[in-house]
Amino acid sequence: MAPMDFQLTEQQELIRKEVAALARSFSLDYWLEKDRKAEYPWDWVKKFAQAGWLGMLIPEEYGGSGLGVTEATLMLHEICAAGAGTTGASPIHFYLFPPLPVMKHGAEALKRTYLPRIATGEITMSFGVTEPNAGTDTSRIQTKAELRGGRYVVNGRKVWNTNARQATHMLLLARTAPRDAAKPFAGMTLFFTEFDRSKITVREIEKLGRAAVDSNEIFIDGLEVPEADVVGQPGRGFYHLLDSLNPERIFTGIEAVGIGRAALERGVQYAKERVVFDRPIGQNQAIAHPLALAWAKLESAELMCLKAAWLFDHGKPCGAEANTAKLLAAEAGFEACDVALQTHGGYGYAKEFYVERLWREVRLYKIAPVSQQMVLNYLSEHVLGLPKSY
Amino acid sequence: MKILVAIKQVPDTATQVKVGADPRLIDTAGITWIVSPYDEFAVEEALRIKEKRGQGEVVAVSLGPERVKEALRSCLAMGCDRALHLNDAAWNGADTLATARALAAVIKQEQPQLVLCGRQAIDDDMGAVTAQLAELLGWPCASWIMEEAVDAEGTTVRAARQVEGGLEVFDLPLPAVLAAQKGLNEPRYPTLKGIMGAKKKEIRDVKAADLGLGAEPSQLSVVGLEALPPRPPGRIIQGDVPTAVKELVRALREDAKAI
Ligand SMILES: Cc1cc2nc3c(=O)[nH]c(=O)nc-3n(C[C@H](O)[C@H](O)[C@H](O)COP(=O)(O)OP(=O)(O)OC[C@H]3O[C@@H](n4cnc5c(N)ncnc54)[C@H](O)[C@@H]3O)c2cc1C
Repeated sequence: MAPMDFQLTEQQELIRKEVAALARSFSLDYWLEKDRKAEYPWDWVKKFAQAGWLGMLIPEEYGGSGLGVTEATLMLHEICAAGAGTTGASPIHFYLFPPLPVMKHGAEALKRTYLPRIATGEITMSFGVTEPNAGTDTSRIQTKAELRGGRYVVNGRKVWNTNARQATHMLLLARTAPRDAAKPFAGMTLFFTEFDRSKITVREIEKLGRAAVDSNEIFIDGLEVPEADVVGQPGRGFYHLLDSLNPERIFTGIEAVGIGRAALERGVQYAKERVVFDRPIGQNQAIAHPLALAWAKLESAELMCLKAAWLFDHGKPCGAEANTAKLLAAEAGFEACDVALQTHGGYGYAKEFYVERLWREVRLYKIAPVSQQMVLNYLSEHVLGLPKSY
Repeated sequence: MKILVAIKQVPDTATQVKVGADPRLIDTAGITWIVSPYDEFAVEEALRIKEKRGQGEVVAVSLGPERVKEALRSCLAMGCDRALHLNDAAWNGADTLATARALAAVIKQEQPQLVLCGRQAIDDDMGAVTAQLAELLGWPCASWIMEEAVDAEGTTVRAARQVEGGLEVFDLPLPAVLAAQKGLNEPRYPTLKGIMGAKKKEIRDVKAADLGLGAEPSQLSVVGLEALPPRPPGRIIQGDVPTAVKELVRALREDAKAI
């Protein structure tokens, strides 16, 4: 029987340490500034590109490092724990998640065309699934792709497209056959294609947090996509996407944990330093216990993320674990940020104490990429065997 | 050209160091260990020399307990070719001279043309090993260097060291020892490929006996460590300006004995 083993390998330890060193070379003031000015953190992305981190999951024969979801999870944890938040994590995360369906289902030519340029950071990706009339229920997307003389012509609207202002390329899901109530998820096709600005209009959405990394509504009007840019089989796009949803849940889960850690670090420091009624506030259990509880919850959420990552990397089913990881991590991350903010009293509300940015950013993870409710629906139905409620 | 870089593993700069149960040692629980920052300049410079010359070998060396391998692994990830770990109970509690002796012995075996170190380690800030090492080897030494240039033949090095208000420039015949000052370069972060490659590079354990050395008692012995006393609270002098100034001058002279 294989022993239970929580030990990271020497290489994983080194990855963790070196990512942390690189991430921490960007200060909290850097991130505050990017957030204030709503400026994309290009210098950050370039540093990660130069050091080869963007190609982490891409196989070596396509110019990447061929590492697993576990290593990527460790990387995102350190990025967020360093205080970079969602602002720092999202641009990196987009190099990990959208290429997965291409790696797994893409034709050899498609892989050779795109993967090496993703690994170097030359390509910037956006991910277009959600639509104004199809959020949680992806089967209802209305964006259409029609095959005309060897090319698909795409028309429709997408919403919440992160990175669309920067993107050179997009992973795009569109209907190539009408929705059939008997098989609602069939008839959609996945494309990895150029973000052709002559055919796509981008309108940015002002949002609660992460102002530096844009999310947008996009209007696609006659976008031409060569057949070679189809990922996997036409009509099976949704199923191809599914394989990469578990890693995305793990990645977003660990980001929430990391952000919680960054906030907790500040909260604990402040609790040691701030003196009220002649004692550090952290001496009051009403301050100390919530911080301790937040730490405990972050620990357990991190374990769940790593367990899900381990299952994925060992080719085992991990739907229940990946969903649970994202559920618990989103709660734990938010709680840690909230407790850290509360610990700061009035100063928690001030930008210069850094926690408020993390608090705004971490709220995202309860909604996206999948809402807490939908995770609970998944667990009710697929783990507990309860009847589907919708 | 073969270059040897001597590095030390030290507690992370952010660590709040505490005196341990044995008051001559620090409490190492929970400490994150790093390569001493000045030593990172030395590693970076060695790698640049090698890259500029298009050939050569950079060997990282460190003396210390088992955990030091982690620091050496970081150097390998940055690009050093191999590492030597002076790892022997005989060197427990080694002072700067014992450390310099061990390094000198390994350098005699390795015969590099250049040795690079940091100008001091940021833990105990002794800054003595470089000079002791050069003395034991009988090699020239320049410390606090801000610039260096090895000549094309690899026979001399021009080194500029930081002095008050400027640079002092020396030509040193090789082999020589140079100690890096901040500003010499901007150390690189290891690439992911570098990290993955580091696993395959050799870290060789070296024992005192391999160098023909025995256990040698340190000449310096630490008597005790003391934490800095907590800073006393400040004092605000009240009153109108002429009286307050008088009181300030009196307090500085008589209480603080500062003037
Ligand atoms: C900052 C940000 C970035 C994003 N980036 C991207 C991106 O790059 N690409 C992309 O494609 N999408 C992106 N999204 C979209 C995100 O994935 C969706 O917002 C999310 O899937 C929810 O869809 P919706 O907003 O349409 O919610 P809806 O589907 O309208 O749901 C509204 C609410 O009702 C709940 N609900 C609905 N049905 C049920 C049910 N049966 N039982 C219980 N509760 C239910 C949901 O949980 C939710 O709380 C992003 C979102 C945000 C906020």
